Formats: sequence, structure tokens, C-alpha cells
Amino acid sequence: MARYVALRIGQSLLALLGVSIIVFALMHLVPGDPVRSALGTRFTPELYAALVERAGLDRPILVQYFDWLGRAVTGDLGVSFRTGQPVALALGQRVGPTALLAFGALIVGLLIALPAGIVSAVKQGKAPDYAANTFSQIGVSLPDFWFGILLILVFARMLGWLPPGGYASFADDPAAALRYLLLPAVTAGVVTGAILTRFVRSSMLEALNAEHVRLARAKGLPWRYVLRHHVLRNAWIPIITVTGLQLGTLLGGIIVVEIVFSWPGIGRLALDAVQTRDYPVLQGAVLLVAAVFLLLNLLVDLVYARLDPRIRVGAST
Amino acid sequence: MSIDRPSGDVVLSVRDLEVSFATRRGRADVVRGLDYDLRRGETLALVGESGSGKSVSTMALTKLIPIPPGRVTGTAMLDGQDLIAMSERDLLAVRGRRIGFVFQDPMTSLNPVHPIGRQLTEGMRHHLGISESDARDRAVDLLRKVGIPAAEKRLDDYPHQFSGGMRQRVVIAIGLSCDPQVLIADEATTALDVTTQAQIIELVNQLQDELGMAVIWITHDLGVVAGIADRVMVMYAGEIVEEADVDELFADPRHPYTVGLLKSLPVLGAFDRDELAAIPGLPPAPTDLPAGCAFHPRCAYRDDERCVSERPPLREVGGDAGSGHRIRSFYEVAEDDRRAAATAGIAAPEHREEDAS
Ligand SMILES: Nc1ncnc2c1ncn2[C@@H]1O[C@H](COP(=O)(O)OP(=O)(O)OP(=O)(O)O)[C@@H](O)[C@H]1O
Ligand code: SF4
Ligand SMILES: [Mg+2]
Repeated sequence: MARYVALRIGQSLLALLGVSIIVFALMHLVPGDPVRSALGTRFTPELYAALVERAGLDRPILVQYFDWLGRAVTGDLGVSFRTGQPVALALGQRVGPTALLAFGALIVGLLIALPAGIVSAVKQGKAPDYAANTFSQIGVSLPDFWFGILLILVFARMLGWLPPGGYASFADDPAAALRYLLLPAVTAGVVTGAILTRFVRSSMLEALNAEHVRLARAKGLPWRYVLRHHVLRNAWIPIITVTGLQLGTLLGGIIVVEIVFSWPGIGRLALDAVQTRDYPVLQGAVLLVAAVFLLLNLLVDLVYARLDPRIRVGAST
Repeated sequence: MSIDRPSGDVVLSVRDLEVSFATRRGRADVVRGLDYDLRRGETLALVGESGSGKSVSTMALTKLIPIPPGRVTGTAMLDGQDLIAMSERDLLAVRGRRIGFVFQDPMTSLNPVHPIGRQLTEGMRHHLGISESDARDRAVDLLRKVGIPAAEKRLDDYPHQFSGGMRQRVVIAIGLSCDPQVLIADEATTALDVTTQAQIIELVNQLQDELGMAVIWITHDLGVVAGIADRVMVMYAGEIVEEADVDELFADPRHPYTVGLLKSLPVLGAFDRDELAAIPGLPPAPTDLPAGCAFHPRCAYRDDERCVSERPPLREVGGDAGSGHRIRSFYEVAEDDRRAAATAGIAAPEHREEDAS
């Protein structure tokens, strides 16, 4: 197990290094002079020179990369071309809201997917199964931005129950924070829930049809016991894996949702950075999302290994 | 329908057992009127091609098939109680307790996420109401009995830490754990290599002598039958086509299908689809059974009257009355053909000599 953990951590670090190269190259692949285009109408030779120097753009490219990497490792991601604010600081302010939204969306997704997937597998081919399938079919093909706007129209504009967008921090006002969170979390959560429903259903079906379930039934164990200890216990393993991986996909969807609901998260920040050609901020955002994504994958694998004795306890025969 | 043999020691008595499934292509008649008695200490082999209804007919006894679409009728008396009429609740007390099961694939019939000890004890705790530590003691005894070395150290090991043969021993231990009256072994050695197969067969023979339970041994492999069975039932399209004591079946087969099976034996000692060279054609689909005798499209002995229109009854044949040799056919195979098949059958099975010991 220790070997396995070390191996997986090593792999993740390697992948992160790969991402860092791509992110770094981003700055140098864009046509034209990034600093110049970022400055736009604010261009003055002094400002230009200062930024170029600050970003180290006048040195050889490899030196620039290792320099940048070295600083990135210590948390120094450069300064925003636009505001001059350190990128790490800008990201730090936006991480909280994005994490909150991702967490909320995941909860919504699981609240939908676990019951829907389990019931539809256990009642395979019956009405609840068809209902769950229809839901996931619709849910999967629902564009987030369209669904978000629909929710705003109904619950904010028409019924006036919830705010159409914005954010409040939990620390300041938990009630308001929840009200702001609800619509975006549901928007991102429904799609996640629809995707997860399918996985939960198929993992459950696979577990239900396993030969060991037949043997467990042949032992005369009550169905509820078999379901708990020989079906759900086995189905958890793929469900947890897919849920973790789905979090990564969820982060992608959240960018759109943040924009629709004016949610001050990483996605919003990245979009603004794209529009204003603020490359250091964009680099930082992409690097952060990639790191989180890799970390999630790593955690998923470690949890999986913990749950599955075939990995946890190496084969001895 | 009547079986003229002493019935005092009958453990399980099955009459007119029928199983059908509602399918998209109509009703599938998978088991069609099985009658047999299983006696204490006896090993009854159930042989037949894939799809002939061996598994379904035994699973249906305790309703281990999906119902619906499945439907089970008839009677199966175990100790004077009819299993077919029992509620699911009462059946829970039969499965694993009075009827033990061993399935084909030891790689998949154990749950990979639980240690084997737990998979052994859960049934015992449920049925016998004993404590965890008593159950573990019993589990160690059982594992010793089925020949697992260092049994007490292996209770907390997971299935993947055992070889295929060892796993099947664990599965057999599970099947035996509550001292069942009947053990149903469905292709219990099919997935194992020949050496392991022979060991498992010997183990079951020995345990049966020790514990006195009756065994229904389901297999494709006539070679295995010779090594383990007292009596054989040959199934075709959901029916018993021939039933006889094992020696009689090999020495004096009477049904055209059985003779065909035995003739196809020398090729490998086992029969599979492609080895059935001696019998042309394929078995019918249970949704689309031929009229008359289900075997008639493939039968070299059929006439074109009764065989194609009337279902032959199961009737007693052979020399001594009461030997229980029955066939479901209007005609018996001619003497010299029988002899040819018998020679083939005797020459082929590898376990035949072991049987004598
Ligand atoms: N749930 C089900 N629904 C419909 N048909 C079924 C079902 N279960 C089994 N059958 C059919 O019943 C027939 C007998 O199956 P069974 O498994 O008993 O055969 P078998 O003799 O055990 O074959 P094998 O040697 O391959 O194990 C097959 O034609 C199979 O397709
Ligand atoms: S009844 Fe006729 S068709 Fe059927 S096995 Fe006998 S001889 Fe062949
Ligand atoms: Mg079978």
C-alpha cells in the first residue's frame, strides 16, 4: 500500500509538471506581444517596460520557465497585468466561493443520484427505473447556462423567492449565503446528478448481478442483508471513484454557472482574465484548477485502494 | 409417474416440477415435468447440454430464480414440507440451512470485499444463532475439513489471496456450514483444472460419507459423473430423458440421446457443443419446442407418427423391475448400438477407476 501511495503521488506530481509546461507555454504561444495587448489603451513605455521586467519576459525562455516554476512552487504566481495585484492573492479570494459552489452542487447531485440510481437498479425494468432513466437522459443533455437562466426566470423573477445572482459569505450571513447558493448549486448539481445517476445505477446493477450475490442469497440471508453487505458494499467502490472524478468535470461546469449567477469564483476570474488578456491571472487559474483536479484524482485512487482489499492487501498466492 | 423403489430414506421428492419464464419471445418452458427422488447419502448427477435446464430446475427448488418472469409449479417435498408452496420467509430458513449450494466459478462466487471467514460465518450466525466467536471456531473446523492449510490463520484473508482450487474449497465449506440435508453442486468443478477437479471430487465423496448428506451434482462432464454419482439423470430440453444407476447408464444406455452423448465421449472425455458430432443439430429453444418428442428433430430412431405428435411418457426399462432405469422415449436404442456406446463410455471417463476405491 505504501508503495502504491508513493507511486500515485509521484504520478500526480509528474502530471502537474506537464500542466505547468503547457500553462507556461500559453503565455508564449499567443500571437503578438502579450504585455502590449494586455495594456491596450493604457500603454505607456514606462508601464510596458516595468511589466516586461517584472514578468521576466526579456530573458531566455528556459530560464524564464524555471524561474516561473520556482516562484510558482513557493506560491508566487506573478502579478496581474491589469491590477498589479499578486495573482496568488486574487486566486485566494476566489477559491472559497468556487469551493462552496462545487460542494453545494455535489451535495445536490448526490442527493439526486444515490436514491435515483439505487432504486432504479433494484427496480430494474419497472416504473421507477424508467422515471430515473428519463430524468438522467434529460439532465445529461441540459445546457447549464440555459437551465440556470430558466431557474433565475422562475424562482427569482417570477416567484421572487431567491436572488437572481450574487454571493454572500457564510461567515458573514449564513442564511443569505444559503439563499445565494441554492440556485447555482441546483443548476450545476442537476447535471452532475443526472450523470451520476447512470453510474450509480450501473454500479448497482453490476453488483446485483454478481455471482457472489447469488451465493449470498443461496446462504439464506435476508434480502436486506444481502443488499447492504453484498451489493451496496461492493457498489460503493465504483460510485465513490466516479463521484470523485465527476468533481473534476463539475469544476468545468461551474465556470459557466459562475458567470450566469455572477458568482465571484475562479471561473469568473478566469473569464475576466481571458477577456482582458491578463495572462498571469489566467495561468494561475488554470494551474490551480489543474492542481485541484489532480489532487482529487489522487484522493479518489487512495480511497478506492482503501476500500478494495484487492489493492489494499496485495495478492499472496 | 410412480417410482417403485423403497421411499423410506427419501430426503427430497420432486414431482411434476415445471419452470417457465415470460420472455419477449413468448413463454419459455425451461423445465417440463421433472419427477425424481433423492435419497439420504446418495449422489444424483444431473447431466445435459448447456440450456437443458439443469441449473434452473435446482435453483427453482428454493425459488432462487427471478419470479416473475419465472413461474414454478409442481411439488418438492423436503422432510414432508413442500418447498414450492413455501413463502419467501420460510424459504430463507431452507436455503443454506437445509439445502446447501456450491456454484461453478470460485473466482466470482466469493465476495471480493469481505474476508472469507466472514463469508463463512454470516450464514451460520443467521441460521444457527451462534455467537461470532463460536461461528469462527466452526469456520476453522470447516476449513480444516475441506483441506485448507493453516485454517485459523486464513480466516481474515480475502478471496484474492487464495488459488482457484482453494477458493472452491472455501465455497464448499460455506455450502456445508449448516449441515444441510442436501448439497446442490452446480458445475462445481467445471472451472478448475483436471488435478484440482479430481481433488474436489474426492473431497466431496469423503465429506458425504462423513456427513451423510445427499448431493445433486450438476455437470456437463460424463467423466466426472462416473467418478462421483450413484445415479444419473440425463436432461434434454427441460425433461429427464433417461435415469439410471450410474453403472447401468454407462453399461446399458437405452435412450437415443444418451447413446449419442456416450458415443461422442471418446473425443475428449467431456462433451461440449462442438464435440457433439455424434448427434446432428442443436437443442431447441425453450420458447419454440417441437411437437411430440422434443428430441425428434435430431433423433435417428424416430418414426414419423408418434414421435412427431405425441409426447413420450417416462417409462421403466431394463432387466430387473424396480431398478429405476427410466427413459422418455417410444423406442429403445438397438442392442448393438447400445453396446458400442457402452464401450465408448467405459473407455472414456478418467475418473472411472477412482470410483471403485
Ligand atoms: N431469467 C430467465 N429468463 C428467461 N430464460 C431463462 C432465465 N434463466 C434461464 N433461462 C433459460 O432457461 C434455460 C435453461 O437454463 P439453465 O441455466 O438451467 O441451463 P443449464 O442446463 O444449467 O445450462 P448450463 O450447462 O449452460 O449451465 C436456458 O435456455 C436459459 O436461457
Ligand atoms: S420418442 Fe422418438 S424421437 Fe423421441 S427419442 Fe424416442 S425415438 Fe427418438
Ligand atoms: Mg447451469
